[in-house]
Amino acid sequence: MKEEVKGMPIIEAKNLTKVFGKNPKQALALLEEGLSKEEILKKTGSTVGVNRASFTVEPGEIFVIMGLSGSGKSTLVRLINRLINPTEGSMMIDGQDLAKMDRKQLRQVRRDKLGMVFQRFALFPNRTVLQNTEYGLEIQKVPKEVRTKKALEALKLVGLEGYADQKPDQLSGGMQQRVGLARALANDPEVLLMDEAFSALDPLIRKDMQDELIDLQSTMKKTIIFITHDLDEALRIGDRIALMKDGTIVQIGTPEEILVNPANEYVERFVEDVDRSKVLTAQHIMKRPETINIEKHGPRVALERMREAGISSILVVDSKRNLKGYVTADDASEARKQEVRDINTILRTDIKEVTKETSMQDIFNVINGSPVPVAVVENEKLVGIIVRGAVIAALAGDSEVNIEHV
Amino acid sequence: MFKEWFTEGIPIGDWAKSFTEWTKDTFSFLFEPIKEHLGNFMEWFSEDVLMQIPAFVFILVIAILAFILSKKKLGLMVFSIVGLWLIYNQGYWEELMSTVTLVLIASILSIIIGVPLGILMAKSKTAEAILKPVLDFMQTMPAFVYLIPAVAFFGIGLVPGVFASLIFATPPTVRFTNLGIRQVSKELVEASEAFGSTGAQKLFKVELPMARATIMAGINQTVMLALSMVVIASMIGAPGLGKEVLTALQRSDVGTGFVAGIGIVILAIIIDRFTQSVNKKQNNA
Repeated sequence: MKEEVKGMPIIEAKNLTKVFGKNPKQALALLEEGLSKEEILKKTGSTVGVNRASFTVEPGEIFVIMGLSGSGKSTLVRLINRLINPTEGSMMIDGQDLAKMDRKQLRQVRRDKLGMVFQRFALFPNRTVLQNTEYGLEIQKVPKEVRTKKALEALKLVGLEGYADQKPDQLSGGMQQRVGLARALANDPEVLLMDEAFSALDPLIRKDMQDELIDLQSTMKKTIIFITHDLDEALRIGDRIALMKDGTIVQIGTPEEILVNPANEYVERFVEDVDRSKVLTAQHIMKRPETINIEKHGPRVALERMREAGISSILVVDSKRNLKGYVTADDASEARKQEVRDINTILRTDIKEVTKETSMQDIFNVINGSPVPVAVVENEKLVGIIVRGAVIAALAGDSEVNIEHV
Repeated sequence: MFKEWFTEGIPIGDWAKSFTEWTKDTFSFLFEPIKEHLGNFMEWFSEDVLMQIPAFVFILVIAILAFILSKKKLGLMVFSIVGLWLIYNQGYWEELMSTVTLVLIASILSIIIGVPLGILMAKSKTAEAILKPVLDFMQTMPAFVYLIPAVAFFGIGLVPGVFASLIFATPPTVRFTNLGIRQVSKELVEASEAFGSTGAQKLFKVELPMARATIMAGINQTVMLALSMVVIASMIGAPGLGKEVLTALQRSDVGTGFVAGIGIVILAIIIDRFTQSVNKKQNNA
């Protein structure tokens, strides 16, 4: 665990509750008695959206709220910026209670401190990308030149500076969501609320966006509250995860804590699914390997490829993609100076191999002592490599995973 | 008294009559100046403005507008030129100008009243609950019936024609404005709120622009309904093409009736295509 000195949390929710329906008082009383969501719906006709959620978010943290649809996560995020009024409880932001504010104060907090990114982007189709990005500043009556400058900066951050004059519907889904992100960043808010922001994107683009978000967060130090129904996503980007079921937060913890010590059967089942599927086998975290062909290439090509890819060792295969070994940059460089042409002279064969089905804990054991990436081999053919970072990111996003417990 | 209701019938008619009289007496301070000023204005607009423009200039301007609005396609332009020239050729130019004035003023007033009412209806459930039956009533009551109080309030001529058209033609604008705003996606509204928009900013920067196409469809309907009131309004002395139709009817003069009727059809088509292409143009912009 990180042992940082913790200051005041930026967001602190206490007993935050939302009941939809005509008779919230009665439903609240029944909640106190410990009745379940279904029982309350039967008795009162009211739906419990969020049930006494309490949590804190530290500045600079990525806090993921995760749950399946209907678990109340979207309601919870809307309670944070009071798009939905809480039935009970308090929502402190920087020590001020949002639930007690009048409309004017609330507007000011939304303008200064909270940015929001939406699942279906929610871009204004009649405005250009730039005008969309300017929206938050425009309604604060920031002068035109200033807001254009800030909006262009925000667009640059998300890599869309060339698209300022396009309309949103001319862009792909991934680009549209970048505009959504830029629009939220342009205000320079302290907290970014992201409501299933990447759920509408296809898987490859989603991964890219997750990576970019993590990069952005590490440079800009924003506090991010990220809603998702996808455990992979939660594990990948979250510093801490709150798991929700039926409107209740069932566990809050770091990804490791949730994986290692599930608080109850529900979380366990959730995590079990992960164990069996995507995150924890080799084929889902492997990357396309950089290779050279032992029959064609020499040290010069090896060096050039390593330089291009920014790596310090490269795998060697034959024309049938059978794995032969690897060469390191140092050896290749030495060989080139001495004008050795044959790659065999510098080939190292002490490479670790795993199969596509190898489980995560086994990979971790293998990769722990290895200076070079682990090769993923199928029928003696090279299909991918696994770098250390990918294992760690997939497990928790934190380097201090205590693997013995998994 | 209640016994009489069963023997003699409930005196709804009497009530309507006394309500109209009461309204007339109570609000005459309002009706009189409207009658005078609006009447004068409309007379001035049709006689001193529209009719002073030479017919060929008028046709030319409409043709150019048609050309621009239909994105340089020739159909609407050619139709406008031929149609308007035909009306001129038949000697109904002045009547056409009166009709245009009536339709124009009635439509503009309908929009001025209808759009804010539609917004109110979209924002308030109470307003919607009250306005919906009122709108149903306004649209289903036979249009002739409005002529009676219109005459009582405003005498005869263009002004009561506008009044009757207004009642008949406003509902689509109200309904479509309401519908358009309610159809704006919830996420967009949330987005505008999440960034700290005031109610007015939300309305003018997000909801109205998003609802524009729908509102324009309502306005198109309103204009067409206003035009359809032209003949009916002529029964209370509103001048124009409608009056020619009415006169022809009274004299069983098929020829005149047909020619004036054609004039109305031509005007209807031009107005319809114009309002529709304004809508399309804004959508694509």
